Amino acid sequence: MSVPRKIYMDHTAGKPIDSRVLEAMLSYMKFFYGNPFSIHSFGEEPRKALDEARIKIAELINAERKESIIFTSGATESNNLAIKGVANRNADRGKHIITSSIEHMSVLNPCKFLKTKGFNVTFLPVDSYGVISLESLERELKDDTILVSVQYANGEIGTIQPIKEISEIVHRKNAYLHVDATAANGLIPIDVRKDGIDLLTLSSNDMYGPKGVGALYIREGVRIEPILHGGGQERGLRSGTENVPGIVGFGKAAEIAKKEMREESERLSRLRDKLIRGLLESVPYSFLNGHPTMRLPDNAAVRFSFIEGESILLSLDMMGVAASSGSACTAKTLEPSHVLMATGLKHEEAHGSVLFTLGRQNTEEEVDYVISIMPDIVKRLRAISPLTPKELMSNV
Amino acid sequence: MYSEKVMEHFKNPRNMGEIKDADGVGTVGNPVCGDMMTIYIKVKDNRIEDIKFKTFGCGAAIATSSMITELAKGKALEEALKITRKDVADALEGLPPIKMHCSNLAADALKLAIEDYHKKQKSKEGAS
Repeated sequence: MSVPRKIYMDHTAGKPIDSRVLEAMLSYMKFFYGNPFSIHSFGEEPRKALDEARIKIAELINAERKESIIFTSGATESNNLAIKGVANRNADRGKHIITSSIEHMSVLNPCKFLKTKGFNVTFLPVDSYGVISLESLERELKDDTILVSVQYANGEIGTIQPIKEISEIVHRKNAYLHVDATAANGLIPIDVRKDGIDLLTLSSNDMYGPKGVGALYIREGVRIEPILHGGGQERGLRSGTENVPGIVGFGKAAEIAKKEMREESERLSRLRDKLIRGLLESVPYSFLNGHPTMRLPDNAAVRFSFIEGESILLSLDMMGVAASSGSACTAKTLEPSHVLMATGLKHEEAHGSVLFTLGRQNTEEEVDYVISIMPDIVKRLRAISPLTPKELMSNV
Repeated sequence: MYSEKVMEHFKNPRNMGEIKDADGVGTVGNPVCGDMMTIYIKVKDNRIEDIKFKTFGCGAAIATSSMITELAKGKALEEALKITRKDVADALEGLPPIKMHCSNLAADALKLAIEDYHKKQKSKEGAS
C-alpha cells in the first residue's frame, strides 16, 4: 500500500474551508466592504448578502423565518447567548436550568457561572453509550425549570441524542429547549420544527465554513435578552457590525451542506464503520467509545487498554496521521475527559482513547492505511507499558 | 509541542524493558492518573551497572523515563540520587510546563529503586 503523506482525521477540532465557500467570501473582503447598516449604496450589497445567508441557514434547519437566525462569533458565543440570555430574561419565572454531564465546555461553564448567580443547575447523567437519561430528565424537570440545554450529538464519542423525545418531555413543562448542534450540523439533517427545538446553536467551521462565525436559531416568541450590548444589530440580540465575509461563507457552507449532506454522510458512515471495525478487529483489547448505531457519520472513537492516548497520537503523527484524544495529557487539565468519565469509564480506560473524525477529503485508502499501522503502534507502546491484562485487573 | 530531544527519546527509548533479577525496583504513579513508571537497577561496586524502565503514560513520561536511565547508568548510587526532575527536563531540552510532573516521576522512581536496593542489602546483611 502506498503511504499517503499526511492524513487529517481531526475534523472535530477544525475543518478546511470549502473552496466554493472561500470563493463566495472573497468579493466581500475586496469589494463589498461597506457596513450593512449604512444607508448609502455601499451598504446595500452587504445587506443583501446577510439576508441571503440568513435564508440559507434558515433553510438548512427548516426554521420558520429568516429572522429567527442571529449571527454570532461562533458556537461558544451562541451557547452563552442561549443560556445566559434565556436565564436572565426568564428569572422571574424560575431559576432552574437542566443540562447534561457530557456537554461542551461552552455549555457547562455558562451553567456553572449561572450557579454562582443564584440559579440552580441540574447535570443529567448519561448511560454507558453517552445517551442522556430520559427518566432523569422527567424526574428533574420542575415547574420552575426555565431551560433545558442538551447537545444534538457529542463530538467526542459521536453519540446522537434522542432530541425529539427530549423535546416532548421538556415541553410538558413551561421550559425552553436549547440544543447545541455544533458537532452535528452539516452531518445529519436537523429540523427545528419537527424536532421541537426552541434555540439551536450552529457553527460555521463545522460545515466547512470559515472559523469565527456561528448562529443561534431562536424560535419566534422565545423570551431572551442579549449578552452583548451596543449598536443593536441582529434585532438587538447581538450588537456589533456583522462579520459579512464570514457570514457569506457560512451561508454558502450551509447551502452546500443542505445539497450534499445525505450523500456525503452515507460515504462517511461507510468509512467510519470500516475504520471502527478494522481497528477493533486488528488490535486486541480495543473498544468503541459511544453508541454503536446512534452515532455521527464522521466519528470513530476507540480506546486501547494498557497504553495512554497522547503517546498513541504522537506515534500516529510520526506516521503522518493527525487524530485527537480524550486523554488528560493533551488537555490543559490533567483530568481525563469529562465526557468519557460520564459514560462510566475508569480513569485508566479513558486515558487510552483516540478520536478519529473523518471529513470530505478522507478516502478509503487513508482508512486502510490507518488500520494497517495501528497494530504496530499499539504493540510498541504496550511493550513499553508496565501494565498487562493481569496487572490492570488487579488495579480495578 | 515537544522538543526534538523528547521526540527522539519517545521514538527510540533507551534501556526499555525489565531486569528479571534486579537489585532494586521502584514504581511510582498509577494508571488512574495516566502515568505509571517502573525503574529496575542492577548494582555493582556501588554503581548502577544496568538500568531499565517500563512506562505507561504520555510522550513526556516515556521520554523522561528513557532519559533518566541514560543519566543514571554507570553513576555511583549517591550521584544517581542527586538527579532531579530539572536535570531530566534540561537534558531533554525542556518540557511543556504542564508536563513537569511527568519528569518528577522518573527521578522519584529512580530514588525508590535505589532505596529498594539499600533495603534489600540490609536484609541480606541481617540474614548473613
